[in-house]
Parts: sequence; structure tokens; C-alpha cells
Amino acid sequence: MLAEHAPDARPLAGGQSLVPMMNFRLARPTVLVDLNKIPDLAYIRDAGDHVAIGAMTRERAIENSELVRTAIPLLHDATLQIGHLPIRSRGTIGGSLSNADPAAEYPATVLALDATLIAQSVRGERTIPAAAFFDGVMTTTLEPDEILTEIRVPRAPPGSGAAMVEISRRHGDFALAGVAAQIVLDGDSVTDIRLAACGVGPGPIRLTESEMILRERGLSDDALAAAGDAAAAAADPDGDVHATAAYRRKMAGVMTKRAVEKAAARARQTA
Amino acid sequence: MTDTRSITVTVNGERLTGEAEPRMLLVDFLRDELRRTGTHVGCEHGVCGTCTVIIDGDAARSCLMFAVQADGAEISTIEGLATNGEMHPLQKLFSEHHALQCGFCTPGVLMTAMDLVHNSNDHSPDAIRIGMSAALCRCTGYVGIIDAVTEYARQVHGDSGVAGDETGGGRNDG
Amino acid sequence: MAILASLATRQAGDVTMDDGVRRESGGYIGQSVPRREDKNLLLGQGNFVADIQLPGMVHAAFARSPLPHAKIGIVDVTAARAMDGVCFAASGDDVMAALPPINGMQVVTPQGWRDRVDTDILIPDQPLIPNDKLRYVGEAFALVVADSRYIAEDALELIEPDLEPLQPLPDAESALVDGAPLVHEHLGRNVAAFLHAKKGAGAEGLEVAPHRLKRRFVHHRYAAMPMECRGVVADYDTRTDTLTIWSSTQVVHWVRREVATALGMPEERVRCIAPDVGGGFGGKGHVYPEDILVAWLAREIGRPVKWVEDRHEHILNAAHSRDNIYDVEIGFDDDGKILALTSSFLVDSGAYTPVGAGIAGNSIAHMLGPYHIENYETDCKVVLTNRTPNAPYRGAGRPEVGFAMERSVDLVANYLGLDPAEVRFRNMIPPEDMPYEVGLTYRDGVAMVYDSGDYPKALRRALAELGGLETIRQRQKDALAEGRYLGLGLGCYVEGTGVGPFEGATVKIDPTGKIMVATGACPQGQGHETIFAQFAADMWQVPIDDVFVTVADTGHVSQGYGTIASRSTVTASGAIKLATDAVHEKVFAIAANLLETAETDLELRDAGVGVKGVPDMHVSYRDIATAAKPGWGHQRPDGVVAGLESTSYYEPPTVTWSYAANATLVEVDPETGQIAIEKYVEVHDAGVLVNPKLADGQVKGGLVQGLGGALLEELAYDDHGQLLTGSLMDYLLPSASDVPPLAVIHQETPSPLNAFGVKGLGEGGAIAPPVVIANAVCDALRPFKAELNSTPVRWADVAAFFDQNA
Repeated sequence: MLAEHAPDARPLAGGQSLVPMMNFRLARPTVLVDLNKIPDLAYIRDAGDHVAIGAMTRERAIENSELVRTAIPLLHDATLQIGHLPIRSRGTIGGSLSNADPAAEYPATVLALDATLIAQSVRGERTIPAAAFFDGVMTTTLEPDEILTEIRVPRAPPGSGAAMVEISRRHGDFALAGVAAQIVLDGDSVTDIRLAACGVGPGPIRLTESEMILRERGLSDDALAAAGDAAAAAADPDGDVHATAAYRRKMAGVMTKRAVEKAAARARQTA
Repeated sequence: MTDTRSITVTVNGERLTGEAEPRMLLVDFLRDELRRTGTHVGCEHGVCGTCTVIIDGDAARSCLMFAVQADGAEISTIEGLATNGEMHPLQKLFSEHHALQCGFCTPGVLMTAMDLVHNSNDHSPDAIRIGMSAALCRCTGYVGIIDAVTEYARQVHGDSGVAGDETGGGRNDG
Repeated sequence: MAILASLATRQAGDVTMDDGVRRESGGYIGQSVPRREDKNLLLGQGNFVADIQLPGMVHAAFARSPLPHAKIGIVDVTAARAMDGVCFAASGDDVMAALPPINGMQVVTPQGWRDRVDTDILIPDQPLIPNDKLRYVGEAFALVVADSRYIAEDALELIEPDLEPLQPLPDAESALVDGAPLVHEHLGRNVAAFLHAKKGAGAEGLEVAPHRLKRRFVHHRYAAMPMECRGVVADYDTRTDTLTIWSSTQVVHWVRREVATALGMPEERVRCIAPDVGGGFGGKGHVYPEDILVAWLAREIGRPVKWVEDRHEHILNAAHSRDNIYDVEIGFDDDGKILALTSSFLVDSGAYTPVGAGIAGNSIAHMLGPYHIENYETDCKVVLTNRTPNAPYRGAGRPEVGFAMERSVDLVANYLGLDPAEVRFRNMIPPEDMPYEVGLTYRDGVAMVYDSGDYPKALRRALAELGGLETIRQRQKDALAEGRYLGLGLGCYVEGTGVGPFEGATVKIDPTGKIMVATGACPQGQGHETIFAQFAADMWQVPIDDVFVTVADTGHVSQGYGTIASRSTVTASGAIKLATDAVHEKVFAIAANLLETAETDLELRDAGVGVKGVPDMHVSYRDIATAAKPGWGHQRPDGVVAGLESTSYYEPPTVTWSYAANATLVEVDPETGQIAIEKYVEVHDAGVLVNPKLADGQVKGGLVQGLGGALLEELAYDDHGQLLTGSLMDYLLPSASDVPPLAVIHQETPSPLNAFGVKGLGEGGAIAPPVVIANAVCDALRPFKAELNSTPVRWADVAAFFDQNA
């Protein structure tokens, strides 16, 4: 249907981002393809080395999932930051990823974890690594006639700790800056670290430089400060009424430190 | 656009049928077509929570859904809380704690609270405060709302033994 | 003066009122009576304007300007009118031909005020839909009426106006530049009002002050933002030539007057009702073009018309507020005694000033606050710009001037190395100086006299609630040693409440013996129906359920003023009392006749009147109502006219003065600049509290709004006059998790100015928080000599102090 009615057709998932724009008459699709009617697109499955989540799985279901909380805790943490419970009742993971709001939590999370996204169209199925999915502000590499059907999130390594920390003006608001962190420790050394930021660029940003610093230098105050500085340098934010670019950039650094510290604390707890 | 669809929903246990264009929002369908004006429109962009209803068990913003999406759904609104004119315990607590002033946000606040208390796991005052930030109120400053919902959670789930949050009662002096 | 003589007998805690009627124990006044409004609202059976559905009703929508300043060429509505489902469309030309603009000079300023405040006022009229220019983003240039709002909005898209952009005036300073374009050409200037007032030696007082400080303070633009947007439903009945209007308004009688004037109808043929109103806070406190247009449409089209705005429309069109710039100079001595104060301030009034110079007049009157300051001079320009019109919002000038004043007090303290609390105590008017002649004139034209109160006690109580000044300062020191930044913020103010010119009430004893009260007050959540029932029940000595109260309906009381300016408790109760007194007289006369005794032997009891000390000799109000009827079988004594009803107007002698002391403890995060509020205290005195629980709700609700203004809410314009914060995604209202622990302590110093000892309190909570937060953060950052002299208080600015001093 999307192919048939392109370019005026839009898929409708949770509606929490699209419908407000339609109510403002800023988004004006002539056809809405209601994905909520497609059976079997909402599920959370243990697939061994990863958790497979159907694209139409509600954020609320992800929040309540014991499997997600234990196997991919970073996604659980990210979900708690999304808006409010009634938003999560309807919002979906596929919708959030496809919408690709630069401040959204899920894009940063899937990027940090190197998740794999499955897209489908009448032409067949495509496998897209998270790193190749986000393509600018509110833009993905999905074709207009494609929808996401499944997200495959790698299981967190044993002994890891994860945290998503963000700063927003009110609880539930879009992040001015947020960082998703997953860390594996061996004593004081960092054997694995994954970091991605949201809210500070046209899309989520993988903080490779910060990751390298922490892998090499551990979690000393100096290393954390350097990792924060690297994150601030990697950030490419715009300013708006809520925060200047300079402030967001600075917060990228602060949130990196805080997310790493929180993730590390959790890693130590499970040790 | 004049093609309307027939939509049947169960509202507060009552099966109701109405007509709606595909673009008609669920909140407008409830209010204007089904004449259930208890649910209110505060912003029409999903921020204020005034339009919150419970649909198929979960609270959701009815301004962010189209009526056609709700065909066959079970919806609970403020009008369904009382039984035979007797106020629901949460409604009584709202009155006792002065949790409403103008009453415009109250439908959304009540339904948000019902979902929060009945369907989520953490009922500490902090969790309630965070959960209730889903529903905006301009009159009360939330003090009475948090007190009422916290008390309701205690009634439903028993005393979890958490320390009271200081929301500050007014005291008379001098 | 009669008022001052009676003030001398009033002591705090004395509850014997002027007319000897004691506040009975067991009376309703003073009790937290549960609200009678609650049941309908909780059951979802409220009746807000948007809920009203009438047979044949059609829906209006307005086409609104995308430009802040533009010349209007052709506005062609033919295509819109021709759309299926549309029954009416009009351009500015059509509307200007049919209806006059709203008269800009109608808000009457009393002669007494103009005698003592230098004024030069030229308020522009406001066209209902203009046909010459558009003057702010959101101003309507056409309207459409259709079968549904959906179709009406579709039709709006077919109207493509011919607009020639003009240079916009995005803020007050740009509008004052020499050669700037004029918002209203015929005024010849962009200043709607010049005001100037002086006390003592005025500015000259600065010259002899040992120390002087000069600062600029900016209070940003934000707004009432009630949860219910505006809406109007109108229904014209041809047979009776009567128009009924339901409007989400705070001023039903004003709306009626304007509609009647515009449509050339007698006021008696126009009825305006405010049904349940979902918040107002001042933003619904004047007549809007839509009030009149929807009424006109109903008569033109011959069908009921409904208009309910959406939130974006509301943010662009419902009045904005605050938006002041203050240049202050303060002169003081080594002890921190303030000797002289001058201020020069601008109010960005936007494209129109619907309430005239009211806000500025308030600011002028309230600057001195609770302090004794002998020399004061102020001048003000109310500036026209291409922003949304500015009208009163909770506080109405007091938050703005309070920010300037209370920041200045802290700056004086910092300069001298004194504690800001101490400087306040040194300048405060002590309770023994009450009543205190301020040396200024209030907006009602009367010389200001702070009638009662204990300002230092309120501040002491506020500090005590936070642990006491010594403890606070020690905690602050200890925290700093650990690299943590705690701050104490203070803010004190006084508030003139219960302003005139009048309020109306009708009191009637129904043939069934029930007490019927109607008043011109227009509540938007305050619980008026409950509190006026409390007054009446006490005055008639009946169970509260025997009292029926109607508010906000011009059909029930002939003249009224409305609910703005923290006035209804004082003025409506005053009117109810006058009407009650008049009916009391008749009731006693008739009862005396029925019981064949002297009036002096009678007392009110048991829903009627009885002979004192004789339980059996009693007549019910029902009996008395029957006896009072006109015609055969009446039992009125000679000279007593039929009926048990009186309509009265209470004209308060002047305002009565509420006041408060606010204090807060905050901790600032050095990395993010975030401000954690440990506790926020307000010690608030609004005289006798009629219903303590409701009073508490008003203060707390106001406090949270004030915190919103301090930290979250902002109507931000860019340099081109475009509003950047056009939805609730960007205009941030406080949510439950933004509310810190609050403590509100009520002091009750009865007002000597009215029979009940009451003062107004609707606005108070919103006045101080912006300055209290700013003062707290500056106090926390004292090691950096930080100054925050504008609102909102931004995390980035706070964090910057740490960066600068790292």
C-alpha cells in the first residue's frame, strides 16, 4: 500500500509523533497505512545471542518485559526515559526508530548496542545494521515503501552494567543530551564499553573516541574527564529555545561521565 | 472528505456505535459523536494528558488516535468510574484532598492515575509523582493530586511502608 | 477618616466584626467545607463551553496571520464560502462594515488616580477583524463557519490573503527607536501610555544617599495558559430577539455590555453565561474579539454557533503577560536602610492593550512592597509592538516589579556584606506602624494605606520553617567546604486586593424558604459557589445545603464586575452582605408582624426567625416568604414592600492588603546548572480565611505557576516577531515532578475594611517565586559574586558561573 500511494502515504505505528503533526496540519498524508492492524508484528523473543523484538511492540510492553530487563537492560533503561506511561502505551519501537528524532532514546540505544534492523517491502527483506540506519534529522535509510519489522538487539555480556542518563527540562521531555552506556569491567579495567549520545546531533552519535579512552585508561577521574571531553567534541548540536548548542555540547560530556559511572556501578553490583 | 465509517466501541461497559470520517480523532468521536463529554481536549498534540482514556487496558491519549483505530476496543472514561451515582474511591479521595479546582484536567488526571495505580509496579511517592507528571494541571500545583493518588495506591496495594513525601499541608497560624 | 477610625479597634486575632455579628463557633466561615462543585466535575458531568451542543449548531474557525506586521490587500473568501459544508465566511472588510472595534479607552481610570499619577494614555481600539493591517502573528484576518470544525479548518486553507509584509517591531526597544514604524499609525506613537509617579523627593533622594546601585532587570514573557482554551457558543432566538452567549470568561457582564453595544441591542436582551470555566488566571479577564464575533455570527446566520480554539491558536491569541524591562537605581546607607528608589520601566504590551495601563499601574503602586521608603520616583512606558497583546495574568504587574525590588534588596545586602534577611527586617514596616500611609495612590484613585499585617513576623516564620537563619547559613558554609552550593532565596511582597469599582449580588428567599444568592463573580476553579454559600449560610443561620448560589450569569444579577485581581472574596461577599442586610430588615419586620413581637426580641435560628428565649415562637423562612408575597393574603406590616429579594452593589472603600514572605533553600549542580529546590515556603496573610483548604489550594496553585514562570515557561519571540514557542512541547508547564516540597503557612490578620475581615488571595502565590529562585541561586553562587537579574533562570547561565570561575 505504501508503494501504491507514495509519496503521500505514511505508515501509522504508535501515532505519538505523527498524529500531533497531523493535528497541527503540518503533516498531511492523504493515506495512512495503519500498521496496528498487521498481526504478528508485536513480540519479544529470546533468540539466543540476541533478543528479537517485533517493530510494532509497544514501548510499554518492552518496559514490562522481564526478558528485556535481564537480557538487554540498556533498552529497559532507555524505555523508562521515554515520555510518560500513556505515551508508551501506544508508542512502538519500530515507530520510534523510523521517526529518528535526534533526541529520542531508542536510536542511541540500538546504535550503542550495534543492533540489527530488519526492513520489509513488497520487494523483499533487508537487513540493516544500526550504524547504517540513521541518516540525518528525522531521516533513515528506509525506502518510502519499506517498514521495519524486527529489531535484533544483542544480549548484554555477562557481568555488564548498563545505564541511560539524560538531562531534560522536565521529566519525560526530549533529552537536551543523553548518553546510553553499557560497560563490562574486569576489576578496574574496562573490557568492553559502548556509548552513544542522543540530542546532540542530527542523529544518534556513537562515541567511539570516548569508548577508546575508557578502554585504554579505565575509569579514573582523568579518564572520565577525557572521555567526557571527547564526547563533547564529537557532539554536533543545534541550539533552540530549550538549550544553546554550547550547553548541549557541554552536557554531552557531563552525561557521558554520569552514564559511565552509573553503568559501572551496576556492573559492579552484578559482579 | 465525506466518507464515514461505522465504528463500534464499548465505553464504560456500554456498546455504542457511531459514524466517523477516518481523520476524526478518537477524542472528538467520544465527545461529539457519542456525546460522552467527560473527556476533554487540552492541547490536541499529546502533551497535556487531559484527553487520556483507558483503551484495552492501558491509558492512552485519545487525541493521538483516530476513531477508526478504536473500532472494537474497550474504552474506560471518567464517566465510568462511579457506580450507580456512588463515587469511586479515587474520586472521593480527590474531593477530600482538594485535588481539583476548575476540573478541566481532572478526567485525564483520574484516568492516568487509575492506570498508574492498577497497572504498574512501583507505588512509592516518587514513582507516583513521576507517573502523574503525565497529566498536566494548571490550578492545583499537584499537591492534592499526589496526596490523593498516593492514598489510593495505599488503599489498593496496602501500605508499602515508604516514608511520606513532604508535599506540605497548609497550616493556620496567628 | 471613618475607615481609619475603625481600623484602630482591630487587632490580629480579634474576630468581632464591625456590626457586632460574632463569628459563631460552628459557623461555616473558617471551615474547610467540602466543595459542592466537585461532584459534577469528578463524575465527568461538568459543563464547559466545548461540551455545549445545541440543535443545528455550526462551527467557526478563524484564519490567522502568519506575519507579525503586514498590510492587508485582498482577502477573498469566495472559495471558502463555496466549500461543501460551509455556511458563512467573512473577511475583515465584511466585519468592519458590520461591527465597531472594541473601544480601547473603555477601562476607566478613576480621576483620583489620574490626579496623582501623571498619565498620558492613548489606547488603540481593537478591530474585531482588521482590514487595514495585521499587527501580530495570530491576529485574525478572516473567519469561516461550517458544519464541523474539521470542515471549517479545511475551508480556511482556501483563503489566501494578499499580505504585504511590513517591518516588524519584535520587542519594546525596537518600537521605541526613532523612526520605527508605527503599530497604529493614527496614534502617532508606539507608546500606549506614559506614566509617572513620585513620592517624597523622588529621584533627588538618590543624591544624598551614601551608596547607590543601578541595575537592569528583565522579566520575560509568559502567560496564564489555563488547561481549557477559550471558547464561545452563541444562540440567537428570533422570536424573543434574545441572544444567549456562553463564554469561557471571567467577566460575563463586560462581555454582555460589549456584545450589546456592538450589536445595538439592549443589555437585557443579551445574556452571557460562563459555565464551568477551566482556569482563567486573568487570561480570560477581558473581552476578546471572538466573544463579540461569535454572538454576531449567531444572529447573522440564524443558527447556534460554536467556536473553541485549539492550543496553538490559544498560545498565539490569548493574552500574554509580564514582559517588562526595569532600570532601577537604589540609594541606601551603611545600615542597608533604603533611602530612595527610582525605576524606569517598559511594558511590552504587544499590538493592543485590552486592560489599558492596569498592569503598569499595579507595578507603580506595588514597588515599595512591605518597606518604608521615603523617596520614590517611577516612570513607565506601555509600548506597542508586534507581539500578542499583553493583559493581566496572576499577579498582574506585581511579579515584575517584585522581581526588580527584591533583587535590588539582595544587591544592597551583598554590597554591604549584610544578610539579605537582615536588610529586609531593617526596612520593613513594623506592625505597630499599621495602618501605614504609603504616600502613593492606588489604581482605584484612593491614597494607599496598608491596613493591617505583620510583615516581619511572616519573614521570621518563613526562615524558621527552613531551620532558622543561623542554621541555614551554617549549612551553607559546611556545604561549600564540601564543594556544594546551597542558597537561600527570599521574596516579600504586599498585594492590594479586593479592588473596586464594585460587585453585584442578588439575595432572594425562595418561596420554599431556601436562600438564593446570585453574584457577578465568575470563578474558574476557585470554589466560589462553596464559599459564597458559606457566607450566606452564616448570615442566615441555615444549613449550607439550604443555600443555592449562582455565579457568572448576567441573567441572575443585573450588574456585576467579574473575577480578576483577587477581588471576589472581598467584593462579592460585600455585595451579598448588603443584599442580605436589606432582606434581613424585611424578614425581621414581617416576622415581628407574624409573631406579634418587637423586632428587638427576635433572632435568626433554625432556618427562620424566633423570639429570643422562647423556643415555640418561631416562623420559618418559608412562612415569611409566603407572608411577604404581594396581593391577597399577605402578612406584611404597613410600609413593607412585597417580595424578599434585594440586589445590591458593594463599592469597596479601597483595596485591602494581603502580604507574604517567601523563602527557599536550593542546591545548584555545578556541572549542569540545575537547581534542586529542597523546600519552598510561603507565609501568607489574606486575613480571615473563609475556607482554609481552598485558600491553601489557591496559594499552592499560584506558587507552582510562579515556579513555572521562574524556570520553565517562556513565550520566546525571534528577531522577526515570530513566536518560537507555539505549542505545549515548547511552552513548558510545570508537571507533578517539577513541584518541590512546599510549605504554606497562613497568618490571619483580619482586614479592618470589611465586615468579614477577609482579603483577596487568588494571585498571591504567583508573585514571588521568580525572584525567590533568582535570589536563591545568586546566594548559592555568592563565592562568584553571581548576579542573575532576568527571568527565566536558565541552567546554562548558572553553569556558566562555574565555568568562568573554574
